Amino acid sequence: MKLIFTTKGTDWDSPMDPRFGRTEFFFVYDEETSAVETYDNRAIEGEAHGAGPKTAQKLAEFGAQILITGNGPGGNAATVLQTTGTEVHVGAGDMTVKEAYEAYQNGTLKKMQGA
Amino acid sequence: MKIAIASGKGGTGKTTLSTNLATFMAESANVVLTDLDVEEPNSGLFVQGELLHSEPKNKMIPHWEKENCSLCGNCQKVCNFNAILKMGDSIMVFPELCHGCYACCELCPTESLPMQPKQMGELKHFRAGDLDFVESRLMISEEQAVPLIKQTIDYVDANFPADTFKIFDAPPGTSCPVIEATKDADLVLLITEPTPFGLHDLKLAVETVRQLGKPFGVVLNRHGIGDDKVPAYCAAEGIPLVACIPNSRKIAETYAAGQLLYRDIPEVKAAVETVAAFIRDHNGGESS
Repeated sequence: MKLIFTTKGTDWDSPMDPRFGRTEFFFVYDEETSAVETYDNRAIEGEAHGAGPKTAQKLAEFGAQILITGNGPGGNAATVLQTTGTEVHVGAGDMTVKEAYEAYQNGTLKKMQGA
Repeated sequence: MKIAIASGKGGTGKTTLSTNLATFMAESANVVLTDLDVEEPNSGLFVQGELLHSEPKNKMIPHWEKENCSLCGNCQKVCNFNAILKMGDSIMVFPELCHGCYACCELCPTESLPMQPKQMGELKHFRAGDLDFVESRLMISEEQAVPLIKQTIDYVDANFPADTFKIFDAPPGTSCPVIEATKDADLVLLITEPTPFGLHDLKLAVETVRQLGKPFGVVLNRHGIGDDKVPAYCAAEGIPLVACIPNSRKIAETYAAGQLLYRDIPEVKAAVETVAAFIRDHNGGESS
């Protein structure tokens, strides 16, 4: 399974970014190969409108099945994520990436319905 | 003549001044009051009248027709608002983000994005005694006030002659909706309160109207609370402090009951008379 986290940094101890559309980084973890990949999304700050769908479009390029984030995407971004069938798990905004992954494995994150 | 009543800070008395001034001036002139705070119009709470006309207001958004689309992605490249995205083999349109600029539609090589109307709000035109009153109301979930404000001003322009006193109750703040509501005005009245917040946001509003190159004056509401820094600022900047409306419990009670103030409260009447005279001075002394 390939997971994607919204984060404020590029390693396992980085804090999660609770925001979806304006997240600073993506942290992508492939469970099969243990490979980690990160993406710097900070250019999104320059977008006055539509950060959510734009970030969701970028996310789709990584082909992750699971999104782990904080507050969860808004309506427009959720619509984009629906087209890719990405599963959205929210409530990890105050954790580190590592804690968020553990919480996901323990099933303590909330799965967003309809996304 | 167009008069915009704006404020910077919200809740300083734009609607109080607009409704009282418009109703007062309508006793002796042709006046139309227009509520341009389309996200939360409230002049209508104080000005009730007979509904003369209402019409839906639309914005134009692209509609994807996939038959001839080559999925070139040009539409998402030219959109400044991320309102249209290519996802796999489909094009997604986000109507709330769309500013109706037509760029994607015009620049689509296969003409696969014709524009279609989508209702964003409703305009209503009332007659309240001697006063015409127009208000527009943005629909729930619509994010953009500017297109509706523009169409509302167009309606007023088309339906009232130029010598009508057109009073615009503007939205608060200093962002796009306020610019749209004030950029065609012949005169701007900035209303504020004598508090640090009131002064801070007045300065932003002054900066805005100066950039627009508009003649303007300040009206001070809730005079008697706070401090004297607003009058001092106006004096130092050479800004006319046109009138003061006192802070009073009677005003608050009358306002809370949804009633106009100037008929019952002499200080308010004096203030609106002074403001009306200031407006007429800026109209070359002509009255319509």
